[in-house]
Amino acid sequence: MSTFLGLPGLRRSTGTGSTATGAGAGTGTAGGAVADEPFGPVPHPQEPLRWGDAFPAAAKQTLANDQLRRNLGHATQVIRTKRAAVVGEVPDWEALRDAGSGVKEQVMAHLPELLEQLERNVTARGGVVHWARDAAEANRIVADIAKAKGADEVVKVKSMATQEIGLNEALAEEGIAAVETDLAELIVQLADDMPSHILVPAIHRNRTEIRDIFLARMGDAPPDLSDVPRELAMAARAHLRRKFLSAKVAVSGANFAVADTGTLAVVESEGNGRMCLTLPETLVTVMGIEKLVPTFDDLEVFLQLLPRSSTGERMNPYTSMWTGVTPGDGPAEFHLVLLDNGRTDVLADEVGRSALHCIRCSACLNVCPVYERVGGHAYGSVYPGPIGAILTPQLTASSGGVSGHGDPNASLPYASTLCGACYEVCPVKIDIPSILVDLRAREVDADRSRSGIDPWAAAMKAASWVMADGDRFALAGRAATLGRGLGGRDHAISVAPPPASAWTRSRDLPAPPAQTFRQWWRDEHTDPAAGPAATPKEQR
Amino acid sequence: MSARDDVLNRVRAALGQPGAGTTPAGKVGTAPAAVEVPRAYRPAGEHAPGSPEVLEQLVDRLVDYKAHVHEVSADTLPATVAALLGELTDGVRVVVPSGLDDAWLAALPAGAEVVRDSREQPQTAAQLDAVDAVVTAARVAISETGTIVLDGEPDQGRRAISLVPDVHLCVVRADQVTQTVPEAVRLLGGHPERPLTWISGPSATSDIELDRVEGVHGPRTLHVLLLASG
Repeated sequence: MSTFLGLPGLRRSTGTGSTATGAGAGTGTAGGAVADEPFGPVPHPQEPLRWGDAFPAAAKQTLANDQLRRNLGHATQVIRTKRAAVVGEVPDWEALRDAGSGVKEQVMAHLPELLEQLERNVTARGGVVHWARDAAEANRIVADIAKAKGADEVVKVKSMATQEIGLNEALAEEGIAAVETDLAELIVQLADDMPSHILVPAIHRNRTEIRDIFLARMGDAPPDLSDVPRELAMAARAHLRRKFLSAKVAVSGANFAVADTGTLAVVESEGNGRMCLTLPETLVTVMGIEKLVPTFDDLEVFLQLLPRSSTGERMNPYTSMWTGVTPGDGPAEFHLVLLDNGRTDVLADEVGRSALHCIRCSACLNVCPVYERVGGHAYGSVYPGPIGAILTPQLTASSGGVSGHGDPNASLPYASTLCGACYEVCPVKIDIPSILVDLRAREVDADRSRSGIDPWAAAMKAASWVMADGDRFALAGRAATLGRGLGGRDHAISVAPPPASAWTRSRDLPAPPAQTFRQWWRDEHTDPAAGPAATPKEQR
Repeated sequence: MSARDDVLNRVRAALGQPGAGTTPAGKVGTAPAAVEVPRAYRPAGEHAPGSPEVLEQLVDRLVDYKAHVHEVSADTLPATVAALLGELTDGVRVVVPSGLDDAWLAALPAGAEVVRDSREQPQTAAQLDAVDAVVTAARVAISETGTIVLDGEPDQGRRAISLVPDVHLCVVRADQVTQTVPEAVRLLGGHPERPLTWISGPSATSDIELDRVEGVHGPRTLHVLLLASG
């Protein structure tokens, strides 16, 4: 079994199976399907924003994984409690949310000018700004920089943007190994797995699984490694230390970029971010164009909102800020890659554009009853959970993500109960439920225009005819109980015949009960002495 | 058309600006309404920088992060530095930024070796890896969040020196301690171009079952020496 880097499906299709660690010597599986996975089923995506089955089918599979549900249930409960405690102690939390939301709205309204201002300020301080229309273009830019530096290995800070563009796999095709240095990303990378959470990509793994992954894949893990988190963290420290001290090129994302100063900010915990941002000679930062804030002072809002919302800490252990190049301190060369990759399509949507306000805290994942049960992989995107359900379809709009017939991403807006918990906790007040409803409406509209007839209107007309008459309604009720035979042991109908198949394509239909309410009433109220109770008409 | 012009045009199209074409999905958006950002949050705390309430809160937060706090005066500071370094190992090697107050190192134990680092004469990463500890000053601290900020000036040094050594002794003057994040950001905004490192406790991770573990890649031990004003 080979150890691959990052997105396994992509790696396999490239046929390059070399390892970053020297561990887990390959058995030549690269390029072909892998029959068994030593660390449980893992997704093998072709696209970071669109993989696997549509949500209903994918969720059905992950729901069957009891270990996953236990791990997630525990972790999300821990983080919810921590978040609630540290948010509760901030007297002006709601005012901060209002400000955060307002600043992001302002950013979107003035994005062209702010991007140009950022470019000017980064350039003035010795940085180089690149623009990328899409993932392929961004990957090309990073690969060319690494090659120009003669690097066959780059160290990476955890970054959603580089996950989204499949950078690790693109670099691997150029013979450049990308080494993830965030502990959770390292776990995911060593297990040949996919991230399942924005903040804690290995949230679906418990300590014992992580120990097993380290022992099998890390190469230099101590053989007597226990599953105590502290020991596991020390193993990662030892494993990565030499790489940090010798790396020539680092790749990062950015949490914030300040337009009026050209300052970039990365928020982290372990110090792996500082290592990458400080020690290598060359730093490449890949950033979505929406990550801007207008002024340096705006950081005072987000540096209060982000840590408390994400890790449930008053402040994360380390935040690094840098402005271009500082001679003698840190990288001598700094490249900033500004990435579109579908963001302008999101921006063009009057309702959906506020999805771009997201600061990737992951609070919405941790409170979501759907996410907690199905886990991140069911969403088939590096952006899972409620935010993923509105961001992924929109980011892939140009290839059918919102309304494409049969596009798995078009089913994502249904991955929600619309309970509203995500909106409650969102530090920048993204109205996720409303956007979900809007995206559902658009999916339905697109479906309607495709089929020619309007099944909704036809169904309503039929229902109106049935409900207008008591006899007809009773008859329809009795007919419906016949559908009980379609239900499984869980009393759910997963695949119904047309036209009900339109419903069961994206969700289960509860199996009808054995009798209608009218039948039940009659049975319950039958007085053996007096004969059947009088239920109107039904008795005739 | 260059990628730059293309992306900027797409952004303009998404915002409904005329003559910019469309987004990749063929859309032209609408112009958002003008925004007035509501700023009803606290621009400062109720307690003055360096006040007893603020200092007490900073200590509480730092201890919560498992940082070690030592309240010192100008007189006791050198002995405290010496004691903390002395307990690490015999012949301790300590790196300091070139602008550090020499008085702080006046009581170092015999055999201690001081390595001076500056932008002009930097230590390599490998050299720093062979050092036991680092002593720096700080620019500002935030009591509500237990945060210390270094801005790379000569008494705080290059970012690498407070990162690679495993033990960090950081001297914070009482009058540098503000209560809130906005107070610190506005102070730092005077020189936004300086490389900033915000430190809230020793390095830590919550990546395993969201269980917080202190001590990963950054210094595993953080000593904060809180220097009374006067």
